[in-house]
Amino acid sequence: MPVAHPRSIGELTELLDEESHTVLLAGGTDFMVGLNHGSTRLAPDDLIVDLRLVAELSTVEVDYQQQVLRLGAGVRWDDLLTAPIAEIAPCLSQAARTVGSHQIRTAGTIGGNLATASPAGDGVCALVALDATLVLTSSRGQRTVAVSEFAIAPKKNVLERDEFIERVDIPITEGWQGYSKIGTRNAMVISVAGVAVVLSSESNTCRIALGSVGPTVILSTEASQFAGTTINWEIASITSADLETVVEMTRASATPIDDHRSTAAYRKHAVGVLTKRLIEQGLTTLRKSL
Amino acid sequence: MSDLDIRESVINGGLGQSPVRPDGVAKAEGSYEFSSDLSADNMLIGKTLRSPHQHARIIRIDTSDASAMTGVHRIITAEDVPGKATYGLIASDQPVFASDVVRYIGEPVAAVVADDEEICSRALEAIVVEYEPLTPLIDARLALDTDTPPIHPDGNVIREQNVICGDTTVIGDIVVEDHYTIGMQDQAFLGLESALAIPDADGAGVECHVATQWLHEDLGQVAACLDLPESSVRLVLGGVGGAFGGREDISLQVHVCLLALATGRPVKMHYSRSESFLGHVHRHPAQIWMRHHATKEGKLVKVEAEFVFDGGAYASTSSAVLVNAVTHAQGPYRCENAEVRGVAVRTNNLPCGAMRGFGVVQACFAHERQMDLLAHACGLDPIEIRRRNAMSTGDKLITGQVVESVAPVLQIIEGLERMPFPDDGNDVETHPYHRPGGAGNTTRASDVRRGVGYGVAIKNLMYSEAFDDYSTARCTLRDGVVTLKFATAEVGQGFITIAPQIARTTLGLEDVALESIDTGVGSAGSTSASRQTWMSGGAVEAACLKVRQLIFEHVASSTGSDPFALVIEGDSIVNTATGERQLMSEVVKGLEFDEEVEFRHRPTVPLDENGQGACHTAFAFVGHRAIVDVDVELGLVRVVEVSTVQDVGRALNPLSVTGQIEGGIAQGLGLALMEEIVQQDGRIMNPSFTDYLIPTIADMPPVVAELIEIPDPQAPMGAKGVGEPPTISSTPAIIAAIQDAVNQFGAGRSHLTRVPIRPSDITEALNSTRRD
Amino acid sequence: MTSKSDERHFELSINGNRHRVTDSYPGESLLTVLRDRLGLTGSKGACEEGECGSCSVLLDGNLVCSCLVLAASVTNCSVVTVEGLGGSTDVQTAFVESGAIQCGFCSPGLIMAATNLLERTPEPTVDEIREGLAGNLCRCTGYGRIIDAVQVVVQQRKNGRS
Repeated sequence: MPVAHPRSIGELTELLDEESHTVLLAGGTDFMVGLNHGSTRLAPDDLIVDLRLVAELSTVEVDYQQQVLRLGAGVRWDDLLTAPIAEIAPCLSQAARTVGSHQIRTAGTIGGNLATASPAGDGVCALVALDATLVLTSSRGQRTVAVSEFAIAPKKNVLERDEFIERVDIPITEGWQGYSKIGTRNAMVISVAGVAVVLSSESNTCRIALGSVGPTVILSTEASQFAGTTINWEIASITSADLETVVEMTRASATPIDDHRSTAAYRKHAVGVLTKRLIEQGLTTLRKSL
Repeated sequence: MSDLDIRESVINGGLGQSPVRPDGVAKAEGSYEFSSDLSADNMLIGKTLRSPHQHARIIRIDTSDASAMTGVHRIITAEDVPGKATYGLIASDQPVFASDVVRYIGEPVAAVVADDEEICSRALEAIVVEYEPLTPLIDARLALDTDTPPIHPDGNVIREQNVICGDTTVIGDIVVEDHYTIGMQDQAFLGLESALAIPDADGAGVECHVATQWLHEDLGQVAACLDLPESSVRLVLGGVGGAFGGREDISLQVHVCLLALATGRPVKMHYSRSESFLGHVHRHPAQIWMRHHATKEGKLVKVEAEFVFDGGAYASTSSAVLVNAVTHAQGPYRCENAEVRGVAVRTNNLPCGAMRGFGVVQACFAHERQMDLLAHACGLDPIEIRRRNAMSTGDKLITGQVVESVAPVLQIIEGLERMPFPDDGNDVETHPYHRPGGAGNTTRASDVRRGVGYGVAIKNLMYSEAFDDYSTARCTLRDGVVTLKFATAEVGQGFITIAPQIARTTLGLEDVALESIDTGVGSAGSTSASRQTWMSGGAVEAACLKVRQLIFEHVASSTGSDPFALVIEGDSIVNTATGERQLMSEVVKGLEFDEEVEFRHRPTVPLDENGQGACHTAFAFVGHRAIVDVDVELGLVRVVEVSTVQDVGRALNPLSVTGQIEGGIAQGLGLALMEEIVQQDGRIMNPSFTDYLIPTIADMPPVVAELIEIPDPQAPMGAKGVGEPPTISSTPAIIAAIQDAVNQFGAGRSHLTRVPIRPSDITEALNSTRRD
Repeated sequence: MTSKSDERHFELSINGNRHRVTDSYPGESLLTVLRDRLGLTGSKGACEEGECGSCSVLLDGNLVCSCLVLAASVTNCSVVTVEGLGGSTDVQTAFVESGAIQCGFCSPGLIMAATNLLERTPEPTVDEIREGLAGNLCRCTGYGRIIDAVQVVVQQRKNGRS
């Protein structure tokens, strides 16, 4: 039961091709909880593949030509708090700041957050709103999957056994973006409800993503489209009636449950309030820069 | 005696100063041994098998597969308990292991001892227990129903206690009532349950190092279950990582000793966080109805109340918790007439017992919410209604007991009124912690309403109802060094800091050593009920006074002076008749004394059937003002500041008092805003620190504390216990402040009646109005 | 080259010393290995899921929860635990003298976190102290004296005493 430390994508690909029982370790802040509590047990022939030393996975690349920010899957929360990410993808940066504690942000990675496929994943919610795409790699080659299509159920994603998340591609866009999350204490809390809003003043579109109100992070397609078409982008404004419709559509897209953290009714209420506030805040900011 | 020394005599590290904790450096460097850090050569590990059922009959337990596993040494069940099959603090009603019936999810059924934890876990999975599920009793109110079958041979009612006084037919000009709910709070001490038991070489006895609050109570219960004389069982305090009431009951003590004796090897047991939630008692969830009657001027004329406490499957201290609740129903206010009914019942939920505040937390939440209702109905502000009703020394409680303690309630209320408001009106801080929602970045300045609320409380100190409450301490003087021996559980509160302070001031000697805390001396009683400064402090002082008397007599006889003229001033002995003084460290050279004292507080009596009787020993008082910012639309709260005025008698160690106040308020804030064990059909839905939330440093506001230091004539050194009061009225103060913020959206919003308050409770209050 | 280490027998570098770990169970956390296999019990465990911070250590200079680190995966890293601070750093002394320690169970983790915070942010504001220490639960103190202790260190360092 060894631990492998591949140092490059090539080595990693090769390893996953050769070994049949591999467990990818991408920070461990979620995986280790399962091991510690006995809910996850390693089989004797499992090979743990620690991704920490895979050089390419921790790269951050800003490509203004292609208008894309490429984040290696091994980039840690802590790295997301500063430039250039904080400037190019501020809602991802805000989401990162709400994740756990400094200890968690030092160890946890964006790839790990995605692979865990939790509907409460703060980073995932931001990335869905950002219309980010994942590059999944194996010895068979690469494929791209929208972040919104990656998780299919709690703790289930579309990764094949020999595949790994190589990087996240985030479109760079002018405009405004924000992430808000509700928890019942002021720090160190799992999201009861989270909303990310990205307003693109280039494409005149709005994308609204919701966390913790369904089995996966939800892209509120209808609400996003309605907001995109009803916002008067020239003056960065929306009528209160239209905004109310956006809020109602957002709530309608949420399918929350009652659990020990909150109620379905509160969660629906909350995603509406947060969406309204984020859009108002975004448009106010955009108006100032007109 | 030597020549007159004109310098001012002082003693370093005496009373009123704040010397550092003697264990501070070891704790800071990580070398301090908590009970979970202990190990021994040849040590085995023990683990408990717990019931997955709320209520079930045990048909069969098959340990054969598990016993056969490599590395497994022994598996024990109820059959292997040689002595008493049950234990319990007040009633011995809780089985060491369930034998016929399990009564809550998490009840111990068997224990395994193996080479290591992993083997233990696998062995537990291999034990087969066949259960026949029985109908669980979930609802505390149903337990009162005579049609409900008893879930325990002792019946479903643990105790009923009413307090009836005065004219119960009186009706006030103004009457306000409501129903209140208090959720189940966990002590959530950080240092998990852990113990190391080492059998004697001849197998005839055992030594158990355990994190507990009360060594001698454990000793008695453990020895009875082991069927050993108490002299064959030694309990030693293992380093305790917090307690807050959760270590007053037996958890793993009997199990670990049984396993050690069964194997003849040292055995360690150590709970995980999720097991800890099952392994100790919790604060009682309570349903409370209260109706307050007052004159038009807001003078309280009658309090009516009904308390239903869910004690869970076993009695623990439920009966004493109930007595505290019903006897504190009036709060720190004068009231001549009362009709208070209370019951603590058994259900198939988690057992409940002691937690900081012990029944008074529940009562205070209800009576303080009622005082706010009353204020509103009388057209008074929350300070004025409390001022008009404040009790003082000499007042009679609804139990008929006269308050003899210093009772500076008015000073507390007026102190709170005088407290300045924080100067952050133009708070332009952009840090998310400055808004409700904190790191979540949910709230804009325009979404925030600021509210202010108050809470005031009375809390009994020490044990009540004729309990023989005492503490033992020994003071030894040898080679100029004072050595203190006591069995007082140091759980973090700092008794080991003040005990030497007491000795230094009493004896004028700086050099004080502490012996190991164990059962090698008489009982100190429990580290609970805010009692150790009074009780063990009193015992240490009394033992030191005896030694001092012997020193005085020695000095008097060798110098021909009057022993009654001698006093200690700082580090010196002074002859008040002649003015002569000498350093005590010089005087005691060559002297050896050894004195042991049992210190008792004055006797108390049990309550009669109408709840009458001087059942409590003494009282302390406290008040809190909370300032909160509320995002009412989302129901999110940021506590901006908590101010407090506390009656402490005398601050023997001001830094420790501050620590108790701030720490206690944090637990009160936790109950107000976030802390609740959520059970569904008896199963804990949040048995982890991911979901049982306690306040972080980001949730805890600055605390402004003012101490009222009026030495209490009945208290040793004038000092009252300070541990519990901060936890009690901070909770209703925070809820009152939230109510104030909600009410800014228009009068008549729903009264907030539940703790912990959930965001949805606030948003619902915003959208609904009060019935009456 | 992909390096592979045995998950049951491996070496760790802790506080500047190499420690041989044998017969570790697959999946053991760094915290378990420190406490149960190497006898370094200064790091505490109160949740084993990264919520309490009692087990905080420095891993290649970064503050992490050792309960969330797979021990066998950090054979090539340098680990510093509370035992590695030496016992009398200014942070440790300030914690003792400021009343930041009661039961003390959270103290080693908090001291590691405070030490790391002051390395990253030598003169933190109160908000920065709160954000930097939000991952360390304390049940006794209510945090007031902990904030005070950190501020004492900042002041002392500014005054040139450390």
